[in-house]
Amino acid sequence: MSLVTVEGVTLSIGDTPVLNGVSLEIAPGEVLGLVGESGSGKSMTALSVLKLLPVGARVAGQIAFDGRDIIAASEREMVALRGDEIGMIFQEPMTALNPLMTIGDQVAETARIHTRVGRSEARALAKAMLERVGLPHDRIAHTRYPHELSGGQRQRVGIAMAVVLRPKLLIADEPTTALDVTTQAQILDLLRGLVRDEGMALMLITHDLAVVAGMADSIAVMDKGVVVERGTVLEVLQAPRNAYTKKLIAASTHVPVRQRGKQGGALLEVEGLCKDYALPRTSLFGPHETMRAVDHVSFTIKAGESVGLVGESGSGKSTLARAILGLETVTAGHVLLKGQAVHAAGRAAFATLRDMQMVFQDPYGSFDPRQKVGRLVAEPLHLLGSGAPKGAALEGRVDSALKAVGIEPGMADRYIHEFSGGQRQRIAIARALIIEPALIVLDEAVSAIDVSVRAQILDLLADLGDRLGHAYLFISHDLGVVRAITDRVLVMAGGKIVEAGPTADVLERPAHAYTKTLVAAAPRLAG
Amino acid sequence: MRVAPSLIIGAVLSLAFVVMALVSLVWTPFDVTALAVGNRLVPPGDAHWLGTDHFGRDIFSMILVGARTSIAVALVAVGVGMVIGVPLGLTAASRAGSWFDDLIMRGNDLVFAFPALIIAILITAIFGPGAINAIIAIGIFNIPVFARLTRGAALSLWTRDFILAARLAGKGRARISLEHILPNVSNTLLVQATIQFSLAILAEAGLAYVGLGAQPPVPSWGRMLAEAQTMIALAPHVALVPGLAIVSTVLGLNLFGDGLRDLFDPRLQRGPA
Amino acid sequence: MTRFLLCRTISLLASLLVASLVIFLVLEVLPGDPARFMLGLNTSPEALAALREQLGLTAPLPARYLGWLAGMAVGDFGISYTYRVPVADLIVERLWVSLPLALYALTLSTLIAIPVGVLAAANRNGLIDFSAMGLTQIGIALPNFWFAMLLVLAFAVNLRWFSSGGFPGWQDPGAAVRALTLPAIALALPQASILARVMRSSLIDTLDEDYVRTARAKGLTRGQALWRHALRNALIPVVTIMGLQFSFLLAGAIIIENVFYLPGLGRLAFQAISARDLIVVRSVVMILVFAVITITFLVDIAYALIDPRLRRRAP
Repeated sequence: MSLVTVEGVTLSIGDTPVLNGVSLEIAPGEVLGLVGESGSGKSMTALSVLKLLPVGARVAGQIAFDGRDIIAASEREMVALRGDEIGMIFQEPMTALNPLMTIGDQVAETARIHTRVGRSEARALAKAMLERVGLPHDRIAHTRYPHELSGGQRQRVGIAMAVVLRPKLLIADEPTTALDVTTQAQILDLLRGLVRDEGMALMLITHDLAVVAGMADSIAVMDKGVVVERGTVLEVLQAPRNAYTKKLIAASTHVPVRQRGKQGGALLEVEGLCKDYALPRTSLFGPHETMRAVDHVSFTIKAGESVGLVGESGSGKSTLARAILGLETVTAGHVLLKGQAVHAAGRAAFATLRDMQMVFQDPYGSFDPRQKVGRLVAEPLHLLGSGAPKGAALEGRVDSALKAVGIEPGMADRYIHEFSGGQRQRIAIARALIIEPALIVLDEAVSAIDVSVRAQILDLLADLGDRLGHAYLFISHDLGVVRAITDRVLVMAGGKIVEAGPTADVLERPAHAYTKTLVAAAPRLAG
Repeated sequence: MRVAPSLIIGAVLSLAFVVMALVSLVWTPFDVTALAVGNRLVPPGDAHWLGTDHFGRDIFSMILVGARTSIAVALVAVGVGMVIGVPLGLTAASRAGSWFDDLIMRGNDLVFAFPALIIAILITAIFGPGAINAIIAIGIFNIPVFARLTRGAALSLWTRDFILAARLAGKGRARISLEHILPNVSNTLLVQATIQFSLAILAEAGLAYVGLGAQPPVPSWGRMLAEAQTMIALAPHVALVPGLAIVSTVLGLNLFGDGLRDLFDPRLQRGPA
Repeated sequence: MTRFLLCRTISLLASLLVASLVIFLVLEVLPGDPARFMLGLNTSPEALAALREQLGLTAPLPARYLGWLAGMAVGDFGISYTYRVPVADLIVERLWVSLPLALYALTLSTLIAIPVGVLAAANRNGLIDFSAMGLTQIGIALPNFWFAMLLVLAFAVNLRWFSSGGFPGWQDPGAAVRALTLPAIALALPQASILARVMRSSLIDTLDEDYVRTARAKGLTRGQALWRHALRNALIPVVTIMGLQFSFLLAGAIIIENVFYLPGLGRLAFQAISARDLIVVRSVVMILVFAVITITFLVDIAYALIDPRLRRRAP
């Protein structure tokens, strides 16, 4: 007898079909990994079980939870069910908690509305559960507000809220996607422990096959509103039958082919680089205290080399990247590109930028929505000053840059919102290429796009690097990506580079304690 | 793109108001300065569509000319606010956290502490009443409105990656402000301008009503109401007509502004074409 | 929290200082010789000299400014040139009309706007929402002085429920409140329209927030999620607008006082302008600006009370 049965569920929002006959089952105490790329309908499937659908959604089919018909259930019955028998955790720990309510009260609220316990009893329940999820009162006072907690701590509060009444089913929608790798490992550990101790079933929604591999008993793969394959973890990952599943697994473990070698002399030299930020004053007339974001960093990138820079959020890697590009002033040390100082007085950064461009993480935010693609791609040509190509020469340059990344040159007349995330990242690469730089810095450039598209972008980057011979500085939190595309890796923590060396060596045999934790924490799909 | 009915109603009302002002430049049914005491307080009818006031002047003609006064004062005042406020806001945002930014923001706060009516009182106390006072008072009041709005919208744009991309193309703050920031805040500014325009018309009417705005013999809606006040029981139309003119104009502009906002709101727009 | 208060208080005092300097410059320096300005052109040198002496114009500018500040700090605003009484007494007397009127109007506006805004947001795109938003759209477009005239026509002239103007004083509080009722309604309804729209859009925004969805997933009903989670978060912009509105109501009362012949600060200001009594003008303006700046300060404090993110972290 299964706990949840979803049978032929269709769902449309307005005129847009979202689910086209989803079927899946979860047994009591079972962990089901619901896997799919963005837009596959996995979140909507979860929200259908809770009947928490957006306005204008129409759902049909059968959903049974613990023998009860969810589709036919009244709102009153659903209210009684939510939080009591079915708990849910959301992706964004930053926005999922009420900023004006203490964490203790938010956890206690779940208990207060479902049971007749008094205020103090609910508080006690909340206290015990917060302790269970790793937030003991003596370390993190339960009278604190969400903004005083880190992302991982907030996600623990979210979990406590969802499981305080020990529901039979816990739904976790991308619970670790917004978190760092090491925090992700801790949260997944916590979920694993809770499920085991309380005998809860867990529906774990994720885009990351590696997370599912380490957590789930069975897997359901979704594509375009349908479950295309169901089975145990072993069955699905080792012997996938469905074409889409096969593609997804291949993309997740994809390593682009690169011709190594052809490395020249030193291209970028970073020497004793420090960057301090002023903190807000703690006393009214006291001096500004400073926070050292980058702490005596030195390294070299050779021409044509592909170097990875790995670290978690707050490690200083983005600050370092911006300092290298001359977008930030530096406190101490220097950066040389082809022997030229980036941070010299005057407009030196202007000169060095001709040899150094960047591709950003967010394919949506990195283009001016009011300019056409042709103009966006041509923007770095401004660096050539009066020597910038005009008219037909300019058009030719834009066309060849777009062609190089696999975008029809005819699309230069379109606005950026007409392109998909993957296409936008290609256009971003074209924008970086157009000035023919010697170094391209990629700041989490493939983190925000789906796995299958990511594999194509990695192939493109590898191919371009081979053909054009520029070097890459690949900044990422994702060890898999770094492993796939870099020759050498730098590991950054607390503003310092704690370990550096050939990628394979560092990731297979980490020497520094931090690198060891990082490598151990990263979920890996056996390839 | 679907156009909201409120946008159409608003556009029609606003346009009617502009047409009235333009028509008054070349033609009015009667001369608004001609007094005809024998003809006073005539109710609306064939000869005088909207009746006459206590001096026997044709109210419809006065409404037409009053529209011109309102438009001129509001347009110049909002124009002053935008022309000064927008560059200040853009510059402040491009140098966020600098002394210049601080100065602009503190200056804004200071001007906000002087409501338009108080500025008008100050100016009138020294220079005497007049339409120019109304323009200056409402104009000064509009500067921080636009400076703050522009700065706020620009600040959030400055954190976006496409601005970093422009900096990587070697572009300076001023060029980025003009090429990337201004076009992206222009919708917001346009919407706010229609709203400020309607507020300016209300403010002009209020100032004229208490005698701090346009002076006789220039007809203005606010002063028509002030003069009608003592006669409201005798001849309600004298007070009703100018009031309705103000309400419909302001309503029209507000509906137009709301409609524009909905039109520009990315959350309400359809996805990729 | 104490540090936050200290910072805000210092910036409050600085704003007041700069504002007073602006007023001083406009009214004392811009006219050249205030005494000549007040007396007009055809005046005897003796009268001029006497007024200069009385106004303390013989002292250098900085001394005059500091003297004015020092006087205000102890409640001495000078002697009115036209009324020949201390300005402070005049202002206190008039404040007893203007301040209660503004508070009355703010209370009415809030009591109307919050429920209307919440109802409209809770029934988004429904009939209640549609009609409430239509009415508020008209309310915003109403000039309050015209609305006041219509109220007089309906409730004073025709129905005779209220008097059409004047103020009986606070000896009979019932009569005083009655006399302020029509003016307060005239002030409040247009402001309530704005506030209701702000309340509605703010609440609609917060209802779409992730934490409201989290609350629903905990098993709260739509209503519970609205009351316990969305509403308090939605109040933050509403408080800003309320602060701005109180300033506007104080200043806007100036116009409404004219419709109802109320002896408030506004009428005092207009009488002072026509009598060229700069001493009274600068004091009234200073009091109004003081009120606006202080309210902004109080709104900042209210923010910190509503939103813990603005407080300093507790040690």
